[in-house]
Amino acid sequence: MSLLHLAIVSPLLLAVIIPIFSKSIRQIHTGWFVLPLPVVLFSYFLSFISTTSHQGTVYESFEWIPSLGINFAAKIDGLGLLFALLISGIGALVVLYSIYYLAKDKEQLGNFYVYLLLFMGAMLGVVLSDNLIVMYGFWELTSISSFLLIGYWYHREKSRYGAQKSMLITVFGGLAMLGGIILLYIMTGSFSISEIVAQSDIVLEHTLLIPAILCFLLGAFTKSAQFPFHIWLPDAMEAPTPVSAYLHSATMVKAGIYLVARMSPVFAESPVWLWLVGGFGIVTLFWGSFSAVKQTDLKSILAFSTVSQLGLIMSLLGVGAAALHYDGIDDNVFTVATTAAVFHLINHATFKGSLFMVVGIVDHETGTRDIRKLGGLMHLMPVTFTLAIIGAFSMAGLPPFNGFLSKEMFFTGMVNILKLDLFSLSTWGLLFPVLAWIASVFTFIYSMKLVFRTFTGKYKPEGLKKKPHEAPLGMLISPVVLGSLVIIFGLFPNILSHNLISPAMASILPSLLSPGDIFDVHIYFWHGPTPELFMTIGVVILGILLYLTLPKWEKAYHLLPEKLTLNKIYDRGLESIQSGSFKLTRFYMNGYIRTYLVYIFAFFILILGYTLYTKDAFVIDTTNVSSIGFYEIVLSLLIVVATITILFAKSRLTSIILLGAVGYTVALFFVVFRAPDLALTQLVIETVSVALFLLCFYHLPKFKKEESKIPFKLTNALISIGVGAIVTAIALSANSTKLFDSISQFYVDNTYIRAAGKNMVNVILVDFRGFDTLFEICVLAIASLGIFAMIKLRLTRGKEG
Amino acid sequence: MEIVMAFVVGIIFMAATYLMLSKSLLRIIIGTGLLSHGTHLLVLTMGGLKNGAAPLLGEHAAQYNDPLPQALILTAIVIAFGVTSFFLVLAYRAYQELGTDNMDRLRGTKINE
Repeated sequence: MSLLHLAIVSPLLLAVIIPIFSKSIRQIHTGWFVLPLPVVLFSYFLSFISTTSHQGTVYESFEWIPSLGINFAAKIDGLGLLFALLISGIGALVVLYSIYYLAKDKEQLGNFYVYLLLFMGAMLGVVLSDNLIVMYGFWELTSISSFLLIGYWYHREKSRYGAQKSMLITVFGGLAMLGGIILLYIMTGSFSISEIVAQSDIVLEHTLLIPAILCFLLGAFTKSAQFPFHIWLPDAMEAPTPVSAYLHSATMVKAGIYLVARMSPVFAESPVWLWLVGGFGIVTLFWGSFSAVKQTDLKSILAFSTVSQLGLIMSLLGVGAAALHYDGIDDNVFTVATTAAVFHLINHATFKGSLFMVVGIVDHETGTRDIRKLGGLMHLMPVTFTLAIIGAFSMAGLPPFNGFLSKEMFFTGMVNILKLDLFSLSTWGLLFPVLAWIASVFTFIYSMKLVFRTFTGKYKPEGLKKKPHEAPLGMLISPVVLGSLVIIFGLFPNILSHNLISPAMASILPSLLSPGDIFDVHIYFWHGPTPELFMTIGVVILGILLYLTLPKWEKAYHLLPEKLTLNKIYDRGLESIQSGSFKLTRFYMNGYIRTYLVYIFAFFILILGYTLYTKDAFVIDTTNVSSIGFYEIVLSLLIVVATITILFAKSRLTSIILLGAVGYTVALFFVVFRAPDLALTQLVIETVSVALFLLCFYHLPKFKKEESKIPFKLTNALISIGVGAIVTAIALSANSTKLFDSISQFYVDNTYIRAAGKNMVNVILVDFRGFDTLFEICVLAIASLGIFAMIKLRLTRGKEG
Repeated sequence: MEIVMAFVVGIIFMAATYLMLSKSLLRIIIGTGLLSHGTHLLVLTMGGLKNGAAPLLGEHAAQYNDPLPQALILTAIVIAFGVTSFFLVLAYRAYQELGTDNMDRLRGTKINE
């Protein structure tokens, strides 16, 4: 357990203590107790930058389940550190923001911060674990905390719906990822990511490669809301806005991106990887931006925009994999895609985080997020408006904000793919830049819509629940910090390039680096009149045109019938799964005890019969059998006759007496087989039993003639005969096979020596197996208590009804 | 003798199963009683029959019958008695409260469709 481990689990530890604070100290907002932790974590992680920027890594491990190869191995490299900084940094800002967003006297703050800390710890665990199983555990914990946070206002039906949806989809993906992890373990014999990366050539040759890739990508795509799994993200917007800013735009949804980046060194050389990651990414980019335009809820716009931006990063990671097919890093034009992916990851966290906070402020101060009710807030909320402009223009890819730079690089990466003559990319590859460009146009449109529909136009105070005014200072700090970062990164991008981007790239594309080498990342503001610049200019011109004519072509969105939308398909699927499983359960769990007994007996017959048959266990060996005496024949006949007669007995009395007869015959058998203790016990017990039966029989109803149908009786008869036959077969086989020596000799030898008794059976019961007898007495005690309770206790039924 | 006993036990099991599958509660209880008888004989048979004297050291025999199955059966007899009596009283009370001993009408789930 090192300091690094402590850092990872510290949020979880704090989550245990925080309810005490929220319960006992009510005057102070619980958030203030939480805030120091992410700040400390952020500065702690900052101290690693000097290590990772020189391609160093920090590795700490302690054994958890070493026999299974599962160790809590924590590793800091460029990629992990970048995410850790995002998680702790944005985390600190979000906690600060939430202090002003959530009122301390109205909300259950204890719950909120416990969930939030749970998430923070889990997410740190995901990005800093080197062991895949440990990472999987943390991964699922992020899904669970996300579920809890979306359902935070659990009294709202939509919250519960969104929470369930996100849980079902992301956990489904998580399970698929677990499958992928196991497949990788089969291929390489290790759960350690570093070791698997070292064996990537084995993985790439293996027949299980494609299934493993599919499993991992299912995990990544569901988590990062890639098409067609993106449907959970818009519904997740029911969570409080700080949560949306933190989990559903800056960190958790990027876990899928992280997974793809992390596994790139293993899988990326496969063409399937390039096509799937790039293809799904670019389709998501397009679909997300296209859908965002039609939304009227501010958070919905941001949700779809997040979907689309995640697609953008994903597609860049896919396209960046092309670089692996060329040696060296000098003049390797495809690495620019990976650079853009990492750069945009940071940029997206800044501008989207600030936009979410801006929307949160608007919602908080006006009481609505409906774009149709808003307008003209510019004069009332000047600071918020400025922040919105910064965030949205950066998202739209306008200079001088950081979004412009990464968008340009994105175009460069997408255009460069045309130069690749592998995997039929030179023909179909054209789709990448085309879709990218179209999606950027839509991105531009919804960014403008977000800002100008809210802050300009006519002010409509009558539709608002509150009288809007500028947000309190504390609420503005976080978005202002993020907004300034947007500008700083836009103007001085190279403060990131050496410290964060280059080390992260080294983790994604390690095979391109020779030892001691680093990626030399330089981000230029001005590229000269390149195709990318013209693409951006085209985006702006067409975007403005389309934005202004939006009302005219907006109707196109209604062309797709609602029945065919993915959400409806999800809803109907869920419904039919529920009703289907209910029907199935009702079909076999029908409430009749006989049915269950039939299942049990049928299973008994089948499994034992099958085993006897396949293992060739059925043998009859007559060498060791004992002689058959006269008395035994008589007793056997007696017991068989008595047993069969019970079946046909018409009256209760007859059957009880016959049962008694069977019991006494058993006692006689014990006599014949030289078991005196058994015979005595059996005689006593049988007498008491028969007395009890006769006592009760007086109260129980007469046998009715069982007017059951033939099939019913036939099934019963078949099952009974089957059970009888199987038991006979087992008895015969058991007698004929002696696989090992009996342990009984021990008791025979030691009865007197160890326990000074002469009756072996008694000594076994009270000495050697005394606990057995003790518990037997317990069973009797419980039974007698039960009987007593049943007889004495009369449940007084309610008078009503 | 073991082979004969195997068939006897088989028949007892068969009858017990048949009774347990019927609809009347009393028959089911009789079935369980029968089942425990069958099991006791089965366990005894599996240990081997008539291998020697009764397992009492006072017999001073060279060979004794296997004491272990007997000890197990002794426990089982007592437990079977406990269970049977519990079951009987349960049936009696169920009949008193619900007015039927027909298993078809004593259904666990409340599905009335």
